Amino acid sequence: MQKFDEMYTRLPYEFFTGGEQVREHYRLYDAWLARQPGDMMAKRREEAEMIFRRVGITFAVYGDKDEDGAGTERLIPFDLIPRIIPAAEWASMERGLVQRVTALNRFIHDIYHDQEILKAGIVPREQIENNAQFRPEMIGVDVPHGIYSQISGIDIVRAPDAAGKGEYYVLEDNLRVPSGVSYMLEDRKMMMRLFPDLFSAHRVAPIAHYPDLLLETLRASSPASTDEPTVVVLTPGMYNSAYFEHAFLAQQMGVELVEGQDLFVRDNFVYMRTTRGPRRVDVIYRRVDDDFLDPTVFRPSSTLGCAGLIGAYRAGNVTICNAVGTGIADDKSIYPYVPKMIEFYLGEKPILNNVPTYMCRNKDDLAYTLANLKDLVVKEVHGAGGYGMLVGPASTKAEIEDFRKALLANPEGYIAQPTLSLSSCPTFVESGIAPRHIDLRPYVLSGKTVQMVAGGLTRVALKDGSLVVNSSQGGGTKDTWILEN
Amino acid sequence: MLSRTADHLFWMSRYTERAENTARMLDVNYQTSLLPQSEAVAQVGWQGLLSISELTSAFTERYGAVAPRDVMDFMVKDESNPSSIVSCLSAARENARAVRGALTTEVWETQNQTWLEVKRRIKSGEFEADPSQFFEWVKFRSHLSRGVTVGTMLMDEALYFMRMGTFLERADNTARLVDVKFHAVQSDFYGAASERDQEYDFYHWSAILRSVSGFEVYRKVYRDVIRPERVAELLILRPDMPRSLHASLNEVVNNLAMVASDPHSETQRRAGKLRAELNYGRIDEILATGLHAYLTQFLDRVNDLGAHISREFLVSSS
Repeated sequence: MQKFDEMYTRLPYEFFTGGEQVREHYRLYDAWLARQPGDMMAKRREEAEMIFRRVGITFAVYGDKDEDGAGTERLIPFDLIPRIIPAAEWASMERGLVQRVTALNRFIHDIYHDQEILKAGIVPREQIENNAQFRPEMIGVDVPHGIYSQISGIDIVRAPDAAGKGEYYVLEDNLRVPSGVSYMLEDRKMMMRLFPDLFSAHRVAPIAHYPDLLLETLRASSPASTDEPTVVVLTPGMYNSAYFEHAFLAQQMGVELVEGQDLFVRDNFVYMRTTRGPRRVDVIYRRVDDDFLDPTVFRPSSTLGCAGLIGAYRAGNVTICNAVGTGIADDKSIYPYVPKMIEFYLGEKPILNNVPTYMCRNKDDLAYTLANLKDLVVKEVHGAGGYGMLVGPASTKAEIEDFRKALLANPEGYIAQPTLSLSSCPTFVESGIAPRHIDLRPYVLSGKTVQMVAGGLTRVALKDGSLVVNSSQGGGTKDTWILEN
Repeated sequence: MLSRTADHLFWMSRYTERAENTARMLDVNYQTSLLPQSEAVAQVGWQGLLSISELTSAFTERYGAVAPRDVMDFMVKDESNPSSIVSCLSAARENARAVRGALTTEVWETQNQTWLEVKRRIKSGEFEADPSQFFEWVKFRSHLSRGVTVGTMLMDEALYFMRMGTFLERADNTARLVDVKFHAVQSDFYGAASERDQEYDFYHWSAILRSVSGFEVYRKVYRDVIRPERVAELLILRPDMPRSLHASLNEVVNNLAMVASDPHSETQRRAGKLRAELNYGRIDEILATGLHAYLTQFLDRVNDLGAHISREFLVSSS
């Protein structure tokens, strides 16, 4: 029997002859699965793929062609086996997430205002000022309620701690434009459609109200000048890989999905072009990176944004969510300081663990990293999507040596972390049910209060042994169940 | 609503309607070609079809001489031809995808499913095996698309722009379909002199009626043998014939009124004038002018109306 450490717990041999038993919260599911006929899962998977294709839940892959040389749309691989988390574990994770995101928002506000944390010497000043993610344009700009990251995606993994007990670790904070929430919602819908009996047997916390919470959060972020804010979702357009999600969220919230060409700025107010003339826009949930927002301020060649947008923003006439410049807090070089931020701003002990991190900018850390490349995960500070990283234990000698050169050429550009033994969950792959590594991305919403739906998106590395869960690199998704007591 | 959204909705409907009418025209020609007739007559039919779609030169460039099989391929599955059924269905789906948030789930899934299925049907050779059945399928997808739109969309601007697109395209396409007669016999309306030609004419006109699902309607309305002038009247002037020019213009005018903020706009004036002429027109007057000449100017005015709708509502303006 293969081991899925999310599902099974290993107990001292003398107590249980099998050496392990199904963890409490997986028992019902395990028993249900054992009762199913052999070909059931394959049939359900086929059904799911057919439905996803019909509904058009796809992501575009850049530069890819299908066999006819046309369409570049792929289905997101969806796994039929849910990832289950007991209520108590989630309750503590949720408290930790509220705490962490609150501190991160305080940090961004501080960085663009009084910079107390730099004055206190907790984060080195040059780490901020020399950081490409630092936006001097934002200095002194006040945003509603001091909230910069309205939508935060916090990537969490489970791995054994020193005593061998499963613990949650924050791997990364995503405070710019975290994506994937539509897959969380669609995965649940699909599971309920395929396995209604499982949902009547389990008390799974609902998540379908996410778009409502999101709209509430966005409306709460509106500039003070209006009571009935007009909210829009700004997309780069239908050829963007996450276009489905942009359209989905706009539709679910009942707001317009706009492109840059639909917006214009007059007298420092933002308007959209409608069939009945210009209409003012108060809150923009943008799914476009900072660099493309305003060609007069950032990248001049961008056609995805709107000229004058930043002017209107600085004047306080429109709210951009997430704010410009949040990258300063989710940068991998800032990540190691988050526990200290929590203590500094909130006076609390961090609830969620950080992964121990070596900052290659420090001489000692660099030396340690270079000496242990084959055991470490080394990441580019500005990398994303699982690119620009080295997973030591899974790499060839040549790959390690190549990476060593890159690292030596630019030590500031890298951090290193021990290779965590990520938890795995039973997953239905070609060869049947097998263990695959997973992570979890809860979506934390910060408006008048900090709130979230229970759980998040579980991503799964579909390749055997792989630790990379990104959808652009062969990752899949799973429905995530928080079991209510 | 966003001008860009309205534009996508308008064109989504136009492309769906165009795919349907292309299927109708092709089916007529295909059915006619199964009748015992000289090869030359059949040839004229295929040439006429290319000519009314203004695609003769594009076709010749690609295929050379006009052969029935090639014309069908060109009009059905050639992606380099923007008016082929595949191109239209794919353009309809692209437009839908660009504004899927403005559509109900059912409308979007209908468009998406049609697109997935047309690719499958062509790849699997189902079209070649039974062209008529393929055309029938295209027609029914269009019926479904209209039905799901009317049955599920909120009755607001989005729906009105979609309806406007459908009926403006239909007015254009029906006019072209009627015009096919002129091209087919290469003489004007009363040109059929010999008895043989008259017999051929019967099949020709009844095929046109069938292509707009109007054969039974004709019998019901006129209780008469097929007379060309009545076919023309039915397809041009009858307001109760759902694919006639008059009925199509009625819908364009009504939907335009629902979205217009300025009741005296030039777009509305032109649409109203064109409708009034159909309302008060008589078939003998039209035939006296010459059917082809009449339809040619009608097509110009439909085109002009499209341009005005686009300028007033769809193109971004600040």
